[in-house]
Amino acid sequence: MGFLDALPLTVMDWLRGLLGQGLPAWGVELVVGLIKVVLILVVAILPVIVLTWLERKVLARGQDRFGPNLAGPYGLVVAFADAIKILTKEDIIPQAADRQVFRFAPALVLIPTLLVFTVVPMGRGMIAADLNVGILFAVAIGSLAVIAIIAATWSSGNKYSLLSMFRSVAQLVSYELPMAFSVLTVVLVSGGLSTVRIVEAQVIPFALVMPIAAVTYFLASLAEANRSPFDLLLGESEIVAGHNLEYSGMRFAMFYIGEYAHIFVIGALTTTLFLGGYQGPILPGYMWFLIKTMAVVYVVLWIRCTWPRMRIDQLLDFSWKLLVPLNLANLMLVALVFKLAGTGLLGSLLSLVVNVGLLVAVGTFLVRRARSSTSRRTRALVLGEV
Amino acid sequence: MAFISEPRSLDTETVTINLGPHHPSTHGIFRLLATLDGETVVDVQPKMGYLHRGIEKIMEQRTYIQSIPLVDRLDYVCPLTNEHAFCHAVEKLAGLQVPERAEYIRVIMAELTRIMSHMLAVGFLWNELGATFTPMIYAYRQREFIFDIFEMATGARMFTNYMRPGGVAVDLPEGWMDLAVKVTDNLERFFDEFETLTAENEIFLARTIDIGVLPADLAINCSLSGPVLRASGVPYDVRVAEPYSVYDRFQWEVPTRPHGDTYDRYLQYLAEMRQSLSIVRQAMAALPDGPVMDEKARRLRPPKGEAYARIESPKGDLGFFIVSEGGAEPYRCRVRSTAQINLTALRQMVIGHTLQDLVVIFGSLNCTVADIDR
Repeated sequence: MGFLDALPLTVMDWLRGLLGQGLPAWGVELVVGLIKVVLILVVAILPVIVLTWLERKVLARGQDRFGPNLAGPYGLVVAFADAIKILTKEDIIPQAADRQVFRFAPALVLIPTLLVFTVVPMGRGMIAADLNVGILFAVAIGSLAVIAIIAATWSSGNKYSLLSMFRSVAQLVSYELPMAFSVLTVVLVSGGLSTVRIVEAQVIPFALVMPIAAVTYFLASLAEANRSPFDLLLGESEIVAGHNLEYSGMRFAMFYIGEYAHIFVIGALTTTLFLGGYQGPILPGYMWFLIKTMAVVYVVLWIRCTWPRMRIDQLLDFSWKLLVPLNLANLMLVALVFKLAGTGLLGSLLSLVVNVGLLVAVGTFLVRRARSSTSRRTRALVLGEV
Repeated sequence: MAFISEPRSLDTETVTINLGPHHPSTHGIFRLLATLDGETVVDVQPKMGYLHRGIEKIMEQRTYIQSIPLVDRLDYVCPLTNEHAFCHAVEKLAGLQVPERAEYIRVIMAELTRIMSHMLAVGFLWNELGATFTPMIYAYRQREFIFDIFEMATGARMFTNYMRPGGVAVDLPEGWMDLAVKVTDNLERFFDEFETLTAENEIFLARTIDIGVLPADLAINCSLSGPVLRASGVPYDVRVAEPYSVYDRFQWEVPTRPHGDTYDRYLQYLAEMRQSLSIVRQAMAALPDGPVMDEKARRLRPPKGEAYARIESPKGDLGFFIVSEGGAEPYRCRVRSTAQINLTALRQMVIGHTLQDLVVIFGSLNCTVADIDR
């Protein structure tokens, strides 16, 4: 570990020493714990400020326009302008709303996302709580976000919100499964649920060892964060931004903060699970973590600015008929490969071969089926006949 | 055991929702009363009239030339074709002869308007599919260049107020042709780019193929016209069926598509844009010299009588029926609005599809609400 790499840890140790002179041991732990909490809040909220700007800028560039460029240099402080605007808005609660739940739901949106950050290793030794069930915790807590959405939609007393809720529940239940399978594949290979262990096991990033799992995880987490092309929950062209339709002012902003924090979580977890986390040459670990995470975040935004939305039945079909069986097969094959060839370079290489082979097999199967199909849509999608 | 094998359906209530009057996908103030069973549309009932401005009635108190700005606002996406249809009807009524050069200018303007209107149709369709404005803004960007041409010739970008009964208000200015050539060359590139980027997107294919199928017989029975009709395989175009202006002098085709679903309508719009561009180029090459206004059109007082004239607007068959009592104002003016009549098939097209498809099908019909309600 270089000096820069270890700098945050050195600072923390120095702080511990300093506190140890005046406080008992439990007091030191308490203060250090509180500092960690504050740091996590900063790490979770800072990306929100950056992403508010970045999303608009990326979308604008994709659309051949400038995006925010008046508030500060390159429009960088647009998030603060937003915050001021939103804080001065009237807080409206509809008559038909279930008042208590309606007020509580926005607070609930952010909590699961913040909790996930506790198990993300952001650099060497830089993790708030290295749980031995880390990734299980992340998956379990991540899926709690749906509770907040159900609370918000149901309490709004709006039919559009109701439709949004139906969609979101169906979507989240369906995408938990492929996500769990892809995570399971990673756990199987790394031999532990701890996130630090998963990162350390990636001599070669898992995205190169099992691309199927990596892509599935990415897509499933897009669905879980309700991002395009799975943003059915919002569906502004048909259900007019569904779940946050009746919200205004700061409560509305909470949904956005939650969404942006969630995007950052997608990036962080994808990095941890598949891109080798904080590992990388030359630069310190936390820099690598940040670079990789922001790269994934950029892809999320890029997808948003290019793809249309899927339909709800197609979305479910895609999960249940393609992602779930594919990942189940992938899980078994990868398990077999690593059992036979070991987790070394040979195993990794064979796993990649098996992954590609599986994709080719599925592709061939789909093409064959499409050739004999009479459905115009199937033929157009698979064979490109229009 | 009997109680196990007995088939039991899950009884769910239908939900009635108001899509509109204020809704992002209705492009104006239009209300669609949709009955949903889960996500499936069971019934829709269009409620019109929220954007009624009484344009037909106001026209009775305006002279023919004063009516032209009103006509612009009927379907604000394609003002110049509205003007064309109106002037065509007045000319028929008053027996005016439009000079050759004016006819060519009108054709150029009308076809550029068609390109512009179709661009919005394809762009907005993507918006309704949930692509965050990107394709729409690509289309909008190109539309602005066409506005540049309009602005140079007419002085206004959108509500041009350019055509007059008996010709056009002013001749094309110096340097207009250079700009027009530049813009039309750009358009060619834009069509290729847009088609490459959009027409084979997998999600797009999945969302539009076999969605909102409009069979040819239903389309004919509902008196539909324009690209929507042609995408169902009926090669009917007023420009060919009942040639007006100088359309019979150009080489072009009436494209059709066989299936009549949303995807075919999309490709239909793209194909028609290319045909229109071809007409624009031919007209620009053959643009004759001469006056742009019939001298008889000064102090216009058409004789007593009535006339109906129609043209192919970007949305379809657009007709004006004008009754004159011999005064400076029409006694009665009636618009055969394309959008309103094209909307009649909506109910049959959407039933059984999901709510998400409903907005897409509505978008693919390319109705401007201002034109529905007038």
